[in-house]
Amino acid sequence: MSNELLTSLAIFVLAILVGFEVISKVPATLHTPLMSGANSIHGIVLVGAMIIAAEADNPISYALAFVAMVFGAMNVVGGYVVTDRMLQMFRKKPAAAKAGSEDAPGASGS
Amino acid sequence: MSIEWIYTFVYLAWLAGAACFVLGLHQMNSPATARNGNRLSAAGMTVAVGATLVWLVAQPGGLSPTAWAIIVVGFAIGGGAGLYTARTVKMTAMPQLVSLFNAVGGGAAALVAIDDFIRLSDQGADLSTTIFVVLGAVIGSVTFSGSLIAGGKLQGLIAGKPIMIPGGRIVTIAIAVVAALGTIGLILGALGTLTLTGSASVAILAIVVAVGLVFGVTMVLPIGGADMPVVISLLNSFTGTAAAMAGFVLGNPVLIISGALVGASGGILTKLMADAMNRSVINIIAGGFGGAEGTQTVIGGPGGSVREISADDVAIQLAYAQHVIIVPGYGLAVAQAQHQVRELAELLETRGVDVKYAIHPVAGRMPGHMNVLLAEANVPYPQLKEMDEINPEFDRCDVALVIGANDVTNPAARRPGSPVSGMPILDVDHAKSIVVIKRSMGRGYAGIDNELYADPKTGMLFADAKDGLAALVSAVKAV
Repeated sequence: MSNELLTSLAIFVLAILVGFEVISKVPATLHTPLMSGANSIHGIVLVGAMIIAAEADNPISYALAFVAMVFGAMNVVGGYVVTDRMLQMFRKKPAAAKAGSEDAPGASGS
Repeated sequence: MSIEWIYTFVYLAWLAGAACFVLGLHQMNSPATARNGNRLSAAGMTVAVGATLVWLVAQPGGLSPTAWAIIVVGFAIGGGAGLYTARTVKMTAMPQLVSLFNAVGGGAAALVAIDDFIRLSDQGADLSTTIFVVLGAVIGSVTFSGSLIAGGKLQGLIAGKPIMIPGGRIVTIAIAVVAALGTIGLILGALGTLTLTGSASVAILAIVVAVGLVFGVTMVLPIGGADMPVVISLLNSFTGTAAAMAGFVLGNPVLIISGALVGASGGILTKLMADAMNRSVINIIAGGFGGAEGTQTVIGGPGGSVREISADDVAIQLAYAQHVIIVPGYGLAVAQAQHQVRELAELLETRGVDVKYAIHPVAGRMPGHMNVLLAEANVPYPQLKEMDEINPEFDRCDVALVIGANDVTNPAARRPGSPVSGMPILDVDHAKSIVVIKRSMGRGYAGIDNELYADPKTGMLFADAKDGLAALVSAVKAV
């Protein structure tokens, strides 16, 4: 195996350990926003889509790269926006205000 | 500036982006900093994507007009669709949207791996690249089809109940055999043992991908709607892993770090969710292949009769109580009754009743989903109590109002010998009086009778969560 690959493997293993450590401290209440937040992070595959778009030189590659760009961008943009909307609802409400007496921006539910 | 220097800066920017992801996730520890954490993560993403663009433009020859068009138009369409759906979706439909975003992420990872393999197929990809391509393509395609099915189930496009595929076991085994044979073929091709032409190896990869897509469907279809949170979390972890594999294929550090981070986080989250239901992840996935009828080990309930109660009686109990604990469950999420429950709670508070919500870790459709739904309906955050915090309070609670929750309230969990044994439950049976709003005597996911319903203290109000609560609201107003 090449040196570069071995370095990549080391990075991979360490990043997994970091992931375990960071996540294991999150309270259950925030699990759904957390899942959504992690979901947007793997939208980083958008970077991969850009790289294959740059290297594409035939119709098949153009098509694959284009679909990958659309998918990746949807994952990134949608993921962060929906997570933000969820977290917006957890913000501290003014102490004096009773439930429901102030509006929740972003809440479009019926 | 030389290309080496630019690469150094781009590499550092990628590392900065990855650091933002880690710190952002860390800040999601507490509700106070969670939103900043998500924004930090988004900032990291912007830096990483921006640096990539700089890197591509700085290459000798730069970006071709076609490449520019693909990147700009692709981003505009995908980003626009993501932005629109994320802003307009109702919070009750949020789990399936997350599932959809997960699907496209997995799809993108698979496409990146496939495209790279096609490019390398002429001169023959080396062994390590071949392995990472196959892993990325298979995991990505399983995630793509599996997440679409999971989202379809949550959206109601596909029946939520477990769907048994005729000969499911045989199909699964056949799929595994085909995938294994294809992978072995590609690996032998990479080693040079087997002489494969470029198009032959691409064809084999196409078969392996197709098999992955089928596997995603057969894996998720037989799993019941109540288990979808665990499945989505697992698929989320898969997508992270697929992104990391794509990172290995491209030799890109930010993909590897971020993918591994999500793979690990999704794994931990999946385990936490499964633990809360006292089930193992393997049990849930394998359960889909046979457990649906297999849960016939029904522990005969105490056989006691069930007491039915009218909305007016419940209203009187609630209106004259001092402490009321509301226990929302899956049924409330399905009926989208979060606004009705908030209305009832406010009405009771104006009468001086102390109202709290007991949130079981797996209540709703996803862990923490109940908190999001109730927060959306403007339920004050301090009223939402987690299980460990609220359980001692049931002893001095006058009325526990259980809305569409079943297994998480079953006292049978405290004894061995029941399918729910050992599952942490809410001590609803400690309340002085219990009211259960439920559509029917149907069983929960565990497939057993709930002893709570036969408790003499328990009254059953048979109604859809939304209609039942609306009836209670008007009845309390009339008290």
